[in-house]
Amino acid sequence: MSRARADEEEYWHSSKFRAFTFDDEDDELSQLKESKRAVNSLRDIVDDDDDDDDLERVSWSGEPVGSISWSIKETASSSTSSLEGRDSSLQKGSSSYAAFPKQVSSYSLSSLFKGELCLSLSALSDTGVKNYAPELRRPKAEYKDYSSDWSPKDTVRRMQRGKVCSLERFRSLQDKLVLLDEAVAAHDGNVITAVLIFLKRTLRREILFRELEVRQVALCHLIHFLKETGEQKLLLDLLRLCFFSLSLQLSQYREHLNIQDVEKRREFLKGCIGLPFSVEDTSHIQDHYTLLERQIIIETNDRHLETAGQSEIFRKYPRKASILNMPLVTTLFYSCFYHYTEAEGTFSSPTNLKKTFKIPDKQYVLTALAARAKLRAWDDVDALFTTKNWLGYTKKKAPIGFHRVVEILQRNNAPVQVSKE
Amino acid sequence: MAAHLSSGRVNLTALREAGRRELREFLDKCAGSKAIVWDEYLTGPFGLIAQYSLLKEHEVEKMFTLKPGRLPQADVKNVIFFVRPKLELMDIITDNVLREDRGRSPQRDFHILFVPRRSLLCEQWLKEQGVLGSFIHREQYSLDLIPFDGDLLSMESESAFKECYLESDQTSLYHAAKGLMTLQALYGTIPQIFGKGECARHVANMMIRMKREFPGSQNSIFPVFDTLLLLDRNVDLLTPLATQLTYEGLIDEIYGIQNTYVKLPPEKFAPKKQGEGGKDLPTEPKKLQLNSAEELYAEIRDKNFNAVGSVLSKKAKIISAAFEERHHAKTVGEIKQFVSQLPHMQAARSSLANHTSIAELIKDITTSEDFFDNLTVEQEFMSGIDTDKVNNYIEDCIAQKHPLIKILRLVCLQSVCNSGLKQKVLDHYKREILQTYGYEHILTLNNLEKAGLLKPQTSGRNNYPTIRKTLRLWMDDVNEQNPNDISYVYSGYAPLSVRLAQLLARPGWRSIEEVLKMLPGPHFEERQQLPTGLQKKRQHGENRVTLVFFLGGVTYAEIAALRFLSQMEDGGTEYVIATTKLINGTSWIKSLMDKLEPAPF
Repeated sequence: MSRARADEEEYWHSSKFRAFTFDDEDDELSQLKESKRAVNSLRDIVDDDDDDDDLERVSWSGEPVGSISWSIKETASSSTSSLEGRDSSLQKGSSSYAAFPKQVSSYSLSSLFKGELCLSLSALSDTGVKNYAPELRRPKAEYKDYSSDWSPKDTVRRMQRGKVCSLERFRSLQDKLVLLDEAVAAHDGNVITAVLIFLKRTLRREILFRELEVRQVALCHLIHFLKETGEQKLLLDLLRLCFFSLSLQLSQYREHLNIQDVEKRREFLKGCIGLPFSVEDTSHIQDHYTLLERQIIIETNDRHLETAGQSEIFRKYPRKASILNMPLVTTLFYSCFYHYTEAEGTFSSPTNLKKTFKIPDKQYVLTALAARAKLRAWDDVDALFTTKNWLGYTKKKAPIGFHRVVEILQRNNAPVQVSKE
Repeated sequence: MAAHLSSGRVNLTALREAGRRELREFLDKCAGSKAIVWDEYLTGPFGLIAQYSLLKEHEVEKMFTLKPGRLPQADVKNVIFFVRPKLELMDIITDNVLREDRGRSPQRDFHILFVPRRSLLCEQWLKEQGVLGSFIHREQYSLDLIPFDGDLLSMESESAFKECYLESDQTSLYHAAKGLMTLQALYGTIPQIFGKGECARHVANMMIRMKREFPGSQNSIFPVFDTLLLLDRNVDLLTPLATQLTYEGLIDEIYGIQNTYVKLPPEKFAPKKQGEGGKDLPTEPKKLQLNSAEELYAEIRDKNFNAVGSVLSKKAKIISAAFEERHHAKTVGEIKQFVSQLPHMQAARSSLANHTSIAELIKDITTSEDFFDNLTVEQEFMSGIDTDKVNNYIEDCIAQKHPLIKILRLVCLQSVCNSGLKQKVLDHYKREILQTYGYEHILTLNNLEKAGLLKPQTSGRNNYPTIRKTLRLWMDDVNEQNPNDISYVYSGYAPLSVRLAQLLARPGWRSIEEVLKMLPGPHFEERQQLPTGLQKKRQHGENRVTLVFFLGGVTYAEIAALRFLSQMEDGGTEYVIATTKLINGTSWIKSLMDKLEPAPF
């Protein structure tokens, strides 16, 4: 590491984490530092301008004149290339949370703060704050000579403060683990990630994983880091090897959302069932798999029926969307709508669904009622509530309150007589 | 424009000034004409620090939003990217830079400003894409605590709660500590620090450590804040789940307030011209800024919504009377006086018109049957009724497929008011939710359990009634028009967090030791040394100033409650509020829901 640069300030601003260059490994980090130095120019401390108080003016559309979002609209629209819809940039101006488009999902929001090595207190002193807050000037300690034998604790503290540290000195496994524990104790995500990057590079994978099994905080950081850098293979290996924490199974399960193809998704879910979830969750995942399986079968059948044009019901009420990936209750509604009369044996009959997924009576009756009412099949509605007792008399019974029944009937414009009944 | 920042006990303009100074310095570093490419998320918070006019002073001629593809044409010397250190944004920047026409002259220089911190990961990413060298200046702009109003600061860190409580990532706490150090640099060392919660403990430790690392660097500023109170959000999980009932709280619940701006449906705001029919209604939502610079708003924002109507009608009478004055003005002098006051009166009238429209919009919702049913169930839970059984209203709502977040708020509220649900009840709710809304919500339910919002009852004992009784959280005799207690903000429920702050000031936390032990996390007190010359001698009758920092989010209702305490005559303390994010129940639960949309490839 050369300190040929006379610019002392500039040196202390540069990236704090880099490996020892003498080892001549192709370390991107040291190269990064070099290129950064080459590119950075001297900072000037500029005098403050006088501030002026701007009056708040509002344009006719309600956008405060002079606000940033207004200015984006104004200046951008005057450029030759058109942004799609002045509206979008205008609206998106300040409603950042609602309107921000969800981008590539493999990066998490936590990357905002994680995996970064901040320049910490050094940044504060660069501003004019320095002029009237002398305590924010860099402490004398930072100007001390660079020495190469800091203990793990000191190394971590130095890294936290944004100073350059070579981690290569920690050669033995013991040292490395102590370093990691110190980093975790310091609660600084950046330092932990930096140490993990070093360990990932210098430790055998099995050893690293074994040690991380008992250090859950560091494990979480490594997982996030791998997610962000897209090292899927390493990530999946890690997940497979460390099954003690519930969240790992779930992050595996979460992956199913990235699989668009239904068949592949079904396969994936089947694989998830084997993972050690808690008892209730296992049954839910199992249900999910079974449901998707059923949906695939129903979908292929129904699509066939629809195109064949033979079935009356499909002709009268053509399907608006596929049943794949829909929730269970929606699926039940669909089957009550299109397949009400089928026997229990078929996959698409409502009674089969009820039995397989143990849908409670209340839910079943409500859904069936809604479906049949929509089709105006009042006889079926009647039959739902009529039970014959052993004397042969019919009785009206419903697991849900009758006021709800009437409500649903009214919504579907049932003839008054049916409601009376 | 700084009126709303200097109106409080502590003048927060200085904080904004520091922010502006840093921004100016950076802009001046990139000499020549500039165009700024914005990360959309930042335009809101930045708008609170600096408006376009300030940027224009520093030769910023064009502003664009960050999007893939080619950068728009602009005849400027410098192009600066203002971005958060996120990898997907780096991809877009790379795309922009690579598509830049190298042949065109004059060539444009690129710079990048990371907010609030640089990221080694991002810079490495750019390097791998081969564009790192194209940037001449790569800096960071530390935007920690942003002043929202004279007594309100926020970091606007959306993911702080999720990171701290679900992912064990305390980097946002580090930023909170940094923000507090900046505050202390501007307003003096805070002599007393109280806190409750794990994260509070971490922040306090970090503050003390940071202070120690600058030995002998005491500043000579007279301390403005007497006390700092750090509170974890998970000490009080109940309050954000309940529906807020103050005027500002309801606006946030229904329409969402972002960076002091709200977007409203435009129909009621169409300017009514004389003699013309109401044709050509505007289709764009009406955007309004809400802060204490607007007199009327400052008066009604913290009132219970039921008390707002009478204030508005009184104001209407006053303003009409004022306008009528012109008929009584006889002398030229009087007319002149009237004319000079005209702008103020017109502003007051348009302000009144706006808020009357907003109040009407809100009233439509609060008088609906659904709102009433929802509120009834909430209040039953908060007063401890039937929290251990499956609730019929919730079941009905699930069956009718009401929005999932509404269901989750109610179910979590029941769980918190019962110190966790019985396993059978919990399973029943979970099953119904998964069957109705889809199995993928297992992930959300798991997050909620981890956060402590929806979990099984572990100890078999319900602590909530004890906490409720000792801290007097439920007050039956609440007066919404002329409140005498903070419980008016939820029409009966006093926010637990604010109660803790109230009791800390008087008589102190020793009196509630037992209850404090029932709440999660340690409680502690720290003192920071002040140089002898700065020991404050309080004048008789002068109030103490306490800074309350909510780690994980704060609601407008809680802010209203703290303001109520500030203006109580014999209260003795004035409050300034800081937080990681301004939240309401809906945005809070949403931040805990996993991103369930698959990648749009």
